[in-house]
Amino acid sequence: MSARVLLAWPLPVKPLASEFAWACWITRRHRQLQILGKDFVKGRLLIERFKQAGGSYFSEASVWFLDEKRRVGVLIGDKSYFVSADKLVLATGAQERPMPIPGWELPGVMAAGAGQILLKSAGMVPDGRLLLAGSGPLILLLAYQYLQAGVKIDALIDTTPQGAMSRSFGKLFGALPAADYLFKGLKMMLAIRRAGIPVYHHVEGLSAVGGEKLETVRFDSGKAGFKKLTNYELPADTLLLHQGVIPNIRLPLAAGCDIDWDAGQENWTVKTDEWGRSSDADIYVVGDGSRISGAEASALQGRLAGMHSALQLGKINNAELEDLSRPVLKSYKRHLSIRPFLDSCYKPSPRYLVPDDATLVCRCEEITAGEIRQAVRLGCTGPNQVKSFTRCGMGPCQGGQCGSTVSLIISEQLGKPMDEVGCLRVRPPLSPITLGQLSEA
Amino acid sequence: MFKTIEDRSANTVEILVEGVAHRVPANISVAAAALLCGLGSVRETPVSGAGRLPYCMMGICFDCLMKINGQPNQRACQVMVAADMTVERQLGAAEFEDL
Repeated sequence: MSARVLLAWPLPVKPLASEFAWACWITRRHRQLQILGKDFVKGRLLIERFKQAGGSYFSEASVWFLDEKRRVGVLIGDKSYFVSADKLVLATGAQERPMPIPGWELPGVMAAGAGQILLKSAGMVPDGRLLLAGSGPLILLLAYQYLQAGVKIDALIDTTPQGAMSRSFGKLFGALPAADYLFKGLKMMLAIRRAGIPVYHHVEGLSAVGGEKLETVRFDSGKAGFKKLTNYELPADTLLLHQGVIPNIRLPLAAGCDIDWDAGQENWTVKTDEWGRSSDADIYVVGDGSRISGAEASALQGRLAGMHSALQLGKINNAELEDLSRPVLKSYKRHLSIRPFLDSCYKPSPRYLVPDDATLVCRCEEITAGEIRQAVRLGCTGPNQVKSFTRCGMGPCQGGQCGSTVSLIISEQLGKPMDEVGCLRVRPPLSPITLGQLSEA
Repeated sequence: MFKTIEDRSANTVEILVEGVAHRVPANISVAAAALLCGLGSVRETPVSGAGRLPYCMMGICFDCLMKINGQPNQRACQVMVAADMTVERQLGAAEFEDL
């Protein structure tokens, strides 16, 4: 394939009237879409627009190779291809922040995002006693969507630390341009309250207990009907965990883009300018894959990167870029204005980021936090050394699941900042590929 | 453990899960199908032999590794069901003859 920009031409900011009509029609037509709401349909529209703009769109593809020369190894079906480009836009999105609590490896415990994927892609919901635990907007959204689907939620276990809400109050004013987000949040909270779901606040010591599978969920709660609960137990068939999302930085790392630790969001972010350009001027990293900014802001940032690369490739001039980007930038900044409030309000509690010694951190190689601390005591100063000492991060997921937890444990134990501790190195293949598929590349 | 929210009997495929025929909605992932069929675990880990079910459903965690159409180490959440597919639990690490 010849070198070209792998993205769509900039499009008008406001959705076309016909698109709205289509979205309304399609939403009314399917029960699954009624539950998921308009935001879900918006994503489908982006794909349609991309195709209309003449870009080639490949779904169900996986990128198993990427290097600093912008060579991309793609696997589509059983065929592997190498593509290269003059400009590359990485939009890898977010993954869920690991929530390593005791027993999180038991069958029956899943990430809340997994629950939402099952609802979105398969129209499936949990059957049996269901508990949602953690903090962050997604857990509210999932609870709301389950209520719309008529699913009984036995309890909502809120791990947001005491005082987080009141501390964030000052940031509300700055969030006013994005008041629609606040109203959406309020609507979901009200629905949860109206449904009479028991909510346990300021929960500490959350653990999943069971033999072959999840049986009960144990926790201490600071406030439940204004009574303190210690070692409280709730029977459960399904426990869905969530404590925010973090950028999926494996591809940017493979491409050699510089990263930074963001202490406010408690995750790695890719260094970019306002056009999404990374430390490598030919590689743009946009959306949640560079910094958590939400779906709407992410789409807009992708458009800005598209416009800027069009300028770089001589397709438009500076004046055209300014004209095209002005309304997009304005809208982008409006969507970002909610973030300081959300980041502060739903900052994960340190005790759920850095688990107790007995808790599993690496689910693949079954390495506990205690084993990682022991490796640090033996002299390991970073996650890559811990990996060779313990095999933590060496299993099938290649540290995709445990990576940030490992760095946080090391950082806490050595009292060193995260930027000094660093993160697990990524190595190709970045996703599974058989030798047969590889030989076809 | 999971159920569908609407009747999906119009568009289904038959797959063989652990040797038992199941009719499941088309256009869902193998991991979703395994949950729908009520499997207690989709694999046993190579380290301790503990049973696991899919955890993240988005290709990150690799806890849904299964043997699909005889091919081991498949992320079941990234593979869509197809008619007459055979789906088996993966017990420990993949063996050499499997490759």
